[in-house]
Amino acid sequence: MKIPLQTRLPKTYPVATVRRETTMVQTFTFAVSLGAKPGQFVMLWLPGVDEIPMSIALDDGKHLQVTFFAVGDMTQKLAALKKGDLVGLRGPFGTHYEWKPKQRIALVAGGYGAAPMFFAAKEAAKDGCTLDVFLGARSKEHLLYQKEFARLPRTTVHVATDDGSEGFKGTNVALLKQVLATKKHSAKKPAFHQIFACGPERMLVAVSDLSFHEQIPSQLSLERYMKCGFGLCGNCVVDPLGIRLCTDGPVVRNDLCRKIMEFGKCHRDALGRKHAF
Amino acid sequence: MDLHQKLLGVTFRNPTVLASGIWGITAASWRRVAAHGAGAVTTKSLWLKEHKGHPNPTVISTEHWTLNAVGVPDAGVEKAREEIGEYNRDKPVPLIANIIADSVGNYQKTAAAIMKLQPDFLEVNISCPNVEDEFGKPFACSATDAAAVTRAVKEVSGKIPVFIKLSPNVDDIGLIAASCAEAGADGFTVINTVGPGMAIDLRSRMPILANKVGGLSGPAIKPIAVKCIADVYRATEGEKPIIGTGGVLTGEDAIELLLAGASLIGIGTAVAYRGADVFRLVCEEMKTWCDQEGVKKLSELIGGMHRELAKHSKK
Repeated sequence: MKIPLQTRLPKTYPVATVRRETTMVQTFTFAVSLGAKPGQFVMLWLPGVDEIPMSIALDDGKHLQVTFFAVGDMTQKLAALKKGDLVGLRGPFGTHYEWKPKQRIALVAGGYGAAPMFFAAKEAAKDGCTLDVFLGARSKEHLLYQKEFARLPRTTVHVATDDGSEGFKGTNVALLKQVLATKKHSAKKPAFHQIFACGPERMLVAVSDLSFHEQIPSQLSLERYMKCGFGLCGNCVVDPLGIRLCTDGPVVRNDLCRKIMEFGKCHRDALGRKHAF
Repeated sequence: MDLHQKLLGVTFRNPTVLASGIWGITAASWRRVAAHGAGAVTTKSLWLKEHKGHPNPTVISTEHWTLNAVGVPDAGVEKAREEIGEYNRDKPVPLIANIIADSVGNYQKTAAAIMKLQPDFLEVNISCPNVEDEFGKPFACSATDAAAVTRAVKEVSGKIPVFIKLSPNVDDIGLIAASCAEAGADGFTVINTVGPGMAIDLRSRMPILANKVGGLSGPAIKPIAVKCIADVYRATEGEKPIIGTGGVLTGEDAIELLLAGASLIGIGTAVAYRGADVFRLVCEEMKTWCDQEGVKKLSELIGGMHRELAKHSKK
């Protein structure tokens, strides 16, 4: 495991563009590439405020994008920034989604998990993969990256909203089950070679169970409190494996994920204390 | 070459020790580190009561150095009891419990509470350089204060050996060590992080660490560690075992620290430089070097520089 070490020191870059996605969600673009792969994250630093892990919504070799939900102290301050304001970036860190050319992949994206899923979809599409995107949100106005997904080649977008304001009424995982039932699917000839998922942990649990029962391998992106981002502080360790999710994650294969006792149940705070979801 | 040794009644399968504050915050993580080959593990610094650390950024690094100002966060003795209790049910390698406090009295209370959890060694952190705003100069910067903490901890530690973790950021580390030894210290951990240091982001002109300053570790500090270990070894006449910690990346680095006087080798930042297998790699590299050089026992190496210097001064 060889990681370029200069990635562990943050450097500030001016925000190049600001795009409003929904009332609470924005996308920032920076004119820099960190050579990130889909599923990896950066530590995003707002000088004088805080530094938080954030999944990467795109790194095309020239630009890096992050999409964030203004929900906490740090992200609300971030949301107030304008073009030209400085943000620090450190990374990329962690594992990433992996696929083989021309695979059939189901991508399950919940909430702002749509951003890293879009990055994965864009790159997998370049490799000739056929993609079924299961895009989920509370309601129509919270759907993210819907148009961007739709523009990708060999990609079908399936929309699910909790309130039924667009597409299927219910969860995106329930919709995936429904679609799976209409396809010829067997262990020998699976409808999908893989499932990728990023979103709230309860959604990931549902994907994990489906993946396990249908015997479709999956890769899930787990989120835990992180400080260093590169394996030193130990704040993101999970029981009973003792692995660090900043280095052995955030993208974890389902067989490993199902050995994590804390998965879907609890997470640790900055003091290392466990809290139930 | 057999890397195992017995120190103060505790058997170590090899000299590598996970340093405090790295990775190990749970029983599961200590076990994981042992599975990667460590000879022993050290807990992060344990407080009597909950202590909040610093906001992020807390850890930054280049190929030469790492700066950290995590600020010693901990949930207090209750959580330590839970995790150490769980680890002790099936302990793969010895556990060193590292404790910290804000006063001599609280060091004693913390030691008394942690000692009941039966760690193999107690390591007393009197030298953290990144909580100075909160607590003032570390106890390790004064021979009198360092001895007072040592004495207080020794009063309640029973049969568990007490290691004092010293600071390199002092005029005469040997003097501090001698003072602690006289107060009853059984051994020393040398060194804690150096500095503190600071790094500034050019465009924003802001210090990167939220705490502004942090303790320096990583490959750059190895020569300071070697010198401090040699000083402590000399000041205590080689009679107190030393856990040498600072900048070790390779087996040859570890051997250099042994020659300076260390018996065990702390590995911290190297986990990020070489990955989780650093413990196994360092041991393999030590063995390879010893086999090539005809070294049969660790004891031939520990304090070897001092014996060589003595020979030269007799000539």
